[in-house]
This record gives sequence, structure tokens and C-alpha cells, in this order.
Amino acid sequence: MDGIRRRWFRYLTGTMAVVVLAAAALILYELWAGSLPTWREWGLSFIWRTEWDPVRGEFGALPFIVGTMLTSGMALLIALPVSLGIAILLTEYAPRVLRDPLIFIVELLAAVPSVVFGLWGIFVLAPVVQQHVMPFVAGSPLGLLPIFGEPGPGYTLFTASLILAIMIIPIIASLSREVLMTVPREQKEGALALGATRWEAMRHVVLSYAKPGLFSAAVLGLGRALGETMATTMTIGNRLGLTFDYFESGNSMTAIIANELREAASEIHVSSLMAIGLVLFLLSFVLNTLGRLIVMRVHTGAA
Amino acid sequence: MRTGGSSLSLRLRLRLLRDHVLVGLCVVALACAIVPLVWVLWEVVAVGAAHISWEFLTSLPNPPTVGGGGWANAIVGSGVVVGIALAIGIPVGVGTGIFMSEYGNNPLGRATRFLCEVMAGLPSIVAGIVAYGLIVITMGHFSALSGGIALSALFVPIVAITTQEALQMVPRHQREASLALGVAEAPTTLRVVLPAAMGNVLTGMMIATARVAGETAPLLFTAFGSRYWMEGIDQPTATIPVNIYTYAISPFEHWHTQAWVGALVLLSIVLFLNVAARTLWARRARFMAGA
Repeated sequence: MDGIRRRWFRYLTGTMAVVVLAAAALILYELWAGSLPTWREWGLSFIWRTEWDPVRGEFGALPFIVGTMLTSGMALLIALPVSLGIAILLTEYAPRVLRDPLIFIVELLAAVPSVVFGLWGIFVLAPVVQQHVMPFVAGSPLGLLPIFGEPGPGYTLFTASLILAIMIIPIIASLSREVLMTVPREQKEGALALGATRWEAMRHVVLSYAKPGLFSAAVLGLGRALGETMATTMTIGNRLGLTFDYFESGNSMTAIIANELREAASEIHVSSLMAIGLVLFLLSFVLNTLGRLIVMRVHTGAA
Repeated sequence: MRTGGSSLSLRLRLRLLRDHVLVGLCVVALACAIVPLVWVLWEVVAVGAAHISWEFLTSLPNPPTVGGGGWANAIVGSGVVVGIALAIGIPVGVGTGIFMSEYGNNPLGRATRFLCEVMAGLPSIVAGIVAYGLIVITMGHFSALSGGIALSALFVPIVAITTQEALQMVPRHQREASLALGVAEAPTTLRVVLPAAMGNVLTGMMIATARVAGETAPLLFTAFGSRYWMEGIDQPTATIPVNIYTYAISPFEHWHTQAWVGALVLLSIVLFLNVAARTLWARRARFMAGA
């Protein structure tokens, strides 16, 4: 009795922690229970079915999974070198006076709400992409790649990828910067003392030391891109059907849910959207867990 | 072994040149982040500021063909939905943070910390789907309450993590001094540790508030939207972010303009919270460094 009276605060805050754990379990349970009719109907084949026709009651997730993979993958491909460059600049080269303001500016980019990026994407970026960027890419050697077809409308997988890239730059840059700061000074200074230029020291010593941490930054950035909803929904074109062409309107897991869940009438329609939500949840859970585990291993390894 | 000094210096010059080129590339990378930011801010301010009016802030929406009208119901609605998220999220988030920091050196504490980090990276739309399934379907209609609960799921992990980290920065000996004086656990945490960390705890809350205030995806099928004043927290309500989305994808020129004005209002709130949080934090950091 006396123990409880002295330790009530510990139990109270512990209850809050249990509430958080329970909420996480509830999220998983609800996604599972809500999507059960879909799994009953098609089993795992729901994941590679390509049809999506609410009127005929045919549902399959593949076009959306492919759309998400293509846009997030391209976004990561663009954002990774950019973020790494920013991180290197801010840890190694930027003058001390500029460092904090620059970090602040990059972080402000992360503070802009997704829907504002989407608005800008619809009315500003998409026309620019359609008139200038897509013709340019199509005319360059890159245009020979089979992933780029004829330049189409402004709302395409390509436009969505660009917006996603902009949106994940701050998170990858700030995680990479933290990783680069953990590199021991002695190692870098040793390389410099041996006559390496700053770039050589960076490439051969710092980057190889930081590699696992940078990998986890990329994984966490990919997880962020995967779940990004509004900017994607507003620029991807929302066309049903499987496509591998970046210059074509497409769809993503988040976009189809955002577009259809509020108006879904039949039970199987709602449950199929929830099934896509479950797949999205699991993908992002795996990526986040992987990223965090690597970070934790890097930290304990360094200690 | 003297190879020609000139060829050696040529190689060195090439190496140094490469060094400079790569610094240049890093600067270009930074520009890739700054240009879109400035571009977005510029568009929002240019279009938004040109059309913002007292009417926009204080009156209800008009039908799209009429023109004029405002987003007053959405501004109030956003306040209510975010308020619900804070009312749930602050006690749970701060409580969890206190537990993880002060009493969390056990499997429950570590599991909670890990889960908070994973949940902080969760797609925000998932929170909306779950609130839709659990609350909207059960109640039979959309509601401000379900939107607030969905947002609280995004608010809690951020606040829990920042609270834990803020409390961890309070020196150990302050706790020990308090406990040694015979002060019990609860007052030690509430009157010694928490006040010392308050600045950083508040900073975390402000950043988390800014984050959820701008969230749209979880509200699409929870708070939904409305053209009228909210009739109660169990009823659907308009919010600024969802309005920006629905107005932007509408076919009406007049609504597009209003979406930009709404974006200006939202961005002002979100950036104000962020800048205020950072300056608060910077001031405290300087204070602590000076002390």
C-alpha cells in the first residue's frame, strides 16, 4: 500500500506509456480487421491483382504499389545526392556564422505543410515540368531509358517524384549531418595530415566511416516518401491502371486512399482501401524499424 | 627520384581543382533545397497577400459562382480539431516522455521509446484510416472529434520523444539532491526536473503542434469538411488544410485564389510556431551555455 502511495506517479506515467503501446496495437488491429473481407475474397493475390473497378467490385493493389515504388524510388535517387551534398557542406565547409542559419532554412523546408506543396505543385511546378523539364529530359540521353515515354500532361509520376524529392531532402540532410558529425576528428585529421585534400579525406575516410548511418538516413527518407499523401495525390494525375512510364499520369497507395475512402460505398471497397493502408503501414513500419535499428547499432558501435 | 616538379604540381593542381569542383557541387545541392523553399513561400505570399481580406477571415464560404465569402468556419474548425489533439496529446505525450526518461530503464520504457520513434515516421494517412474505421463508421458520420483523435496519434510520439530528451538534459545531481532531501518521486519530477526542462518541452510541443496543424490526409475522412459553422464536436467541420485541398482541385478560378489565401494563413501559423520554437530553444541553449 505504502509502495503505491509513494510510487503513484511512476504508475501514472507508465499508464500513459501503455496507452501509447495499446494505440499502436489498435492501429494494427483495426487495419487488419477492416481489411479482412478483402483478404478473405482474394487472399494475398490482392497484392498482385491489377484490376480496380469499384462498380464491378474488382480490386487489386499492384498499380498503386508500383506507383508508390516508382515515385518514392525516383525521389530518393534525386534527394540522396542533394541531401548528402548539403550535409557535407554544412558539417565541413560552411563558415561558422552561416552554419546555423543554413540549418534553420533547410529545416523550414520540412515545416511547410504537404498540402501547400501540393497547391504549389498543381499551379506552379506541374506547368513548368510539362513545358520545360519533361521535354528536356526526353531530349537528353536519359530520354532513351524505357522508363520515360512521350512527355504527357503535367500531372505525372515524374512531377510527383520531384515534389517528393524536395520534401524528403530536409530529413535525409539532417540525419546525414548528424551521422557525419559522429565521425571522429582524429580520423579525418589523420587523412588531411597525410596530404589528402578535403575531398579525398571526405571520400575515403569520412564517408566510409559514416556509410551505415547514411544508409539508414536513406531508408528513413524512403519511408517518409512512401507515406506522403497530399503532395502526391495533387500532382500524380490519379489515373487508374498499371504504368511504368514516368511521363504518364499514375496513382499511388496514398493517393487512391485519399481519393476514394471518403466516398467508398460498398464494404469490399472500404476494405480494399484499408488493405492498401495495411500494406502501406507494414512497408513503412519495416523501413522505419530497419532505419532505427541501424542507427542504434551505429550508436552502440561508436560508444 | 625527382620526377619533374611541374608534373607533380599538375597532379596536385588537378586534385585541388577536383576539391573545388566538389565544394561547388555541394553549394549547388544546397541551392536545390533553398530554391524550392523560396519559390513556394514567394508564390504563397504573392498570391495570398494580394487577395487576403477581412471577409476571408470572418465570413462563411459563398457558392463558387458568387465570389467573395471566407473561411471563418475552417479557421475555427482547425482550432477545434487541433485543440482536441492537444487536449489528448499533451497529457499522454508528456506522461510517456516523463516515464521514458525517469522510470524507463526497463523493457517497457525501451519498447515505448522504440515504438515512438517508429510511429513518428508513420504515414499520417494511416492515422486517418484507423480513426475512420474506429470512430466514423461506428458513429455513422464524420466528426471533428475523430479528426482530433487522428491528429493526436501523430502528436503524441513527437512530444513523447522531445519531452524525454529534454528531461535527460537536466543534470542527474539535481534529482539526487531533491531525493536526498527526502522529497518523493512525484514532486521531484514535477517541481525540480520538469521546470528545469520546461523550455525544451514547450519547444517540442510547439513543433508538434505546427506539424499536426498542417496535416491534411488524416482529416479527409474524419473531420471531412463543411460549408457551415461547426455544430458540435460530434459533427463534421471544415478545416484550413482540407479546404486548401478541395478548393485547389475544384474547377473554379475564384476557389483557386482562395486556396492560396488559405495557404498563406496556414503557412503563417505553422512558420510562426516553428520560428518561435527555434528562437525559444536557441535562447535557452545560449542561456545554458553561458551559465
